[in-house]
Amino acid sequence: MTKNSRHSAVYKLYELFSSMRFAIGLLTILAIASIIGTVLKQNEPYPNYAFEFGQYWFAVFEQLGLYDVYHSGWFLTILAFLVLSTTLCIVRNGPGFIKDMKAYREKATDNSLAAMKHSVVFDGTAADPETLRAYLRGQGWRWREHQRADGSLVLAAKKGAASKLGYFFAHIALVVICIGGLMDGNLPLKLAEMVGSVVPETRDIPQSQIPPQSRLSTSNLSFRGNVTVAEGKSADVVFLNSGNGYLVQDLPFTVTLKKFYVDYYSNGMPKLFASDIAVTDKASGKVTEAQVKVNHPLIVDGVAIYQASFGDGGSPLTFKAWNLDQPQMQPVPINGVSMAAQPLRANGKDYNLEFGDLRVFNIENMGNKNADTSDKSLSERMQDAREVKHDKQLKNIGPSVTFKLRDKQGQAMEFHHYMAPIQQDGVSYLVAGVRSKVSEPFQYLRLPLDEQLSLDSFMRLRATFMNPALYDEIAKRTTAKAMQGSAISPAMQQQFANSVKWILGRFAQGGFVALEQFLDEKVPQDKRQAVAQTYVKILQGAVVDVMDVADAKAGLKPVTMDGKRYRFLLDSLVGISALHDYNAPVFLQLQGFNQVQASGLQLTRSPGKNLVYLGSLMLVIGIVLMFYIREIRLWICCMPGSVRLAMSSNRHNRDLDADFRRHGEAIQQLVRGK
Amino acid sequence: MELAQSFVAQPLYKRLKLADWLYAVLLVVAAVQAWRLYNPYMDGYEQAILAGSAVGLVALGWFWKSWRWFFPLSATVALLGISLYHGELARGQSAFWLKFLLSSQSAIMWMCTLFFLATLVYWAGLLTRSAMLSRMGSGLTWAAAVMGAAGLFVRWYESYLIGSDVGHIPVSNLYEVFILFTLITALMYLYYEARFATRQAGAFVLLVISAAVGFILWYSFDRQAHEIQPLIPALQSWWMKIHVPANFVGYGAFAMSAMLGVAELLVLKGVLKDRLPSAEVLDEMMYKAISIGFLFFTIATILGAMWAADAWGGYWSWDPKETWALIVWLNYAAWLHIRLVKGWRGKPLAWWAVIGLLVTTFAFLGVNMYLTGLHSYGGL
Repeated sequence: MTKNSRHSAVYKLYELFSSMRFAIGLLTILAIASIIGTVLKQNEPYPNYAFEFGQYWFAVFEQLGLYDVYHSGWFLTILAFLVLSTTLCIVRNGPGFIKDMKAYREKATDNSLAAMKHSVVFDGTAADPETLRAYLRGQGWRWREHQRADGSLVLAAKKGAASKLGYFFAHIALVVICIGGLMDGNLPLKLAEMVGSVVPETRDIPQSQIPPQSRLSTSNLSFRGNVTVAEGKSADVVFLNSGNGYLVQDLPFTVTLKKFYVDYYSNGMPKLFASDIAVTDKASGKVTEAQVKVNHPLIVDGVAIYQASFGDGGSPLTFKAWNLDQPQMQPVPINGVSMAAQPLRANGKDYNLEFGDLRVFNIENMGNKNADTSDKSLSERMQDAREVKHDKQLKNIGPSVTFKLRDKQGQAMEFHHYMAPIQQDGVSYLVAGVRSKVSEPFQYLRLPLDEQLSLDSFMRLRATFMNPALYDEIAKRTTAKAMQGSAISPAMQQQFANSVKWILGRFAQGGFVALEQFLDEKVPQDKRQAVAQTYVKILQGAVVDVMDVADAKAGLKPVTMDGKRYRFLLDSLVGISALHDYNAPVFLQLQGFNQVQASGLQLTRSPGKNLVYLGSLMLVIGIVLMFYIREIRLWICCMPGSVRLAMSSNRHNRDLDADFRRHGEAIQQLVRGK
Repeated sequence: MELAQSFVAQPLYKRLKLADWLYAVLLVVAAVQAWRLYNPYMDGYEQAILAGSAVGLVALGWFWKSWRWFFPLSATVALLGISLYHGELARGQSAFWLKFLLSSQSAIMWMCTLFFLATLVYWAGLLTRSAMLSRMGSGLTWAAAVMGAAGLFVRWYESYLIGSDVGHIPVSNLYEVFILFTLITALMYLYYEARFATRQAGAFVLLVISAAVGFILWYSFDRQAHEIQPLIPALQSWWMKIHVPANFVGYGAFAMSAMLGVAELLVLKGVLKDRLPSAEVLDEMMYKAISIGFLFFTIATILGAMWAADAWGGYWSWDPKETWALIVWLNYAAWLHIRLVKGWRGKPLAWWAVIGLLVTTFAFLGVNMYLTGLHSYGGL
């Protein structure tokens, strides 16, 4: 009794798992579960999730494995059930299908033939079995004959048994693909992590110090990891993401990056990423040299090496450091390495100088940025719509570097400096960007360059502005010029000179903003406009003298004033004013670099790949057979004086109607004979 | 006996007519010429794709007779355009025929116009029960398809005029594949229209094509998306030539099945019942479309996986696009099981096909718009 009921319970379970509704249910659940991982970004650093969801939900989602859905236990369980269900479906239906494929059903009774939807009886006095056989042969049928007890002859024919074969192909294919995928998946690794024999490393420590429980040996069946190698350097491990940490996979060989290439199209889009690598086998010492590029991996010992990313591998940089707080000091050279940090001491304070990446090419669209379509006429729009190539003024504006200057309190300003002069309206500038928050865009300032394309003149001018000891001399010159041009009366001479000195001082302290602030605080609103204009006029006049004094002090010959020179001075005023927002004790002018690139390589070993491809091929064959081979059966039953024709198919559609009509007409003609 | 002999099924080569052989010869000559001109620039895989396309196109022409004139005509129009360029892209804006008809953008704008017209005429034909108008609808759809195919061919050539390193088959971004989508959907519909001898469903299928055309126009006029861009390294592969078109046969078929589903639902509700084909015919067209779409979608996903194994380091990365392709695949797998094994018909499956279009559209567009991943070059 108990045995029986247990048996029936197992059988019921077997029936459930092999049933269609269970399979459909699984397909639906799998589809819905898959959506989660596309909506929630997978495998992000855990702090990002904690920030996004808050601590409570972060923990809940972590328990549910939502940060790596497709490798979570429950997801793999659904997949396992799908494989089980498909296997049981094959086991359950397979034998019947095979029997059916072999059978001709020549023993079908007349009643069952008459009950078919496509069944007809002709008058068949002249029915000659030989003619019918010839017909079947000619149409490519296979058939079997059966002599009934009542003397009538049944010709049971069929076509398209391969349709059933398609069922086997398609369903076995799914199992094969899943097994292949399982071989390449990280199921063993997950189990090892659960047992505790493998522990992901979460600290950021040198590779050599990583403990053995976070390392995977070369015998690991399958893996997919990344490593970044700088030019001239080697790597013999890759890093695997694992939950909140990472694992180190030892490789059976050492990969050395000889050279990395990156190439761009004229519009700045990347055209080529390629790495020249040498792979040295640890055991045999055999060296394989090759170039890997995107879409062209190198396969060594069953491990495929891909070009995955690239970056700066730590390039030596040279800077000229201008001391902004003590502008009279000469600039000093500073060396650095991109992607690395170093201490910096300036004016008695300690800073940490953190270099970001060096970008050798910066291709920018210098054309009209407001190429807004809204103000275009219809004909212009039509013109645009006809052209597959739009001219853009793209220009490589040369190398740039980013760096952060962090003070003792941990506050950092970030800078983005270009190295080469950038031409705008025929004038050359050095461009530097600054921002205090990563989320903000850089604010760029343009420092005008002199005839020698150097910053010297600008810095000399700024140093003079910052030196109150020279104000008397400057004010004297400016006042003299004003007298000469009869802009002021002799009586006002002293007062004017004082004004000049005051404006110079105020400007030196805080730029245009400081002057504006003064106006806002001290000058009645109705007079502000006029006073401001006067200030600007005085400043614009005085700046010429500031430059002359600066040059004279530096022992340089006076330069004749012309439009270009004056433009330089006005730009300098803007530059000096803008440097007040620069918030750094030094200005690091990039002088040179020696680019060292790094290549991000992805290394994978996936022994299940060929199995997956085999399964895929079977799947396609299976679908073609199932959909495009119709299994049809045809019975001709020669009875005394009449002939019955019946047809059936595994698909009930219009094709069978047409076939039945066609065969019916032909056979009717044949059995009437003559 | 003699009578039985006359019913002997003829082997394929005996059923082919002179026109079939002429078409085949023409295509082989064209393929050989293409090979002679360009084989120094093609790798082994690309030469194999060229040979495979020639064989495939011959087979398609033998199977679907209309293709025998459609393909050569589109190619002729394209070659005419190409010959007018004299190797200078700028002539596209100065030479009269290029400017107004044959440059890729002009041809594509004509395609858009003709699709809109076809939609209107199909609807007029449906509502007035005019067989003549419906025939015109077919004619306009054919004309649109010719211009679309020619436009894509010319665009392929133009890309090489921009720069020999820029040139590539025009299936590399959302703008180009949208044109491919309208083209493939229209052609598949035209095949079924002839096969089922019914033109009334055109009014519905052309609606989804018109929606895509609306998108193409917005994308072109507002976003300037029609500009030819060079290929980023990840796309520089012969896999693109087969993966993308296979995918769009799938998308096109699914879109068509959804519109047939809409028509079937209306008929079942009694709306336009006396004007549209019977629910059974629509149902079967829908099934045929989904089964061909499913086959091609399966092939495309497999090709995509094989490409990913070359480009991204693994045949399956659970990238959002891959995952959504799987979801689409599972959806239609379930649809087919329900129909073939459970024998469902009619309303539930028609609804399911309509909802299937939403899933497909999300996989095709939504993923690019809302989710980030490896497929980001298809972005809006």
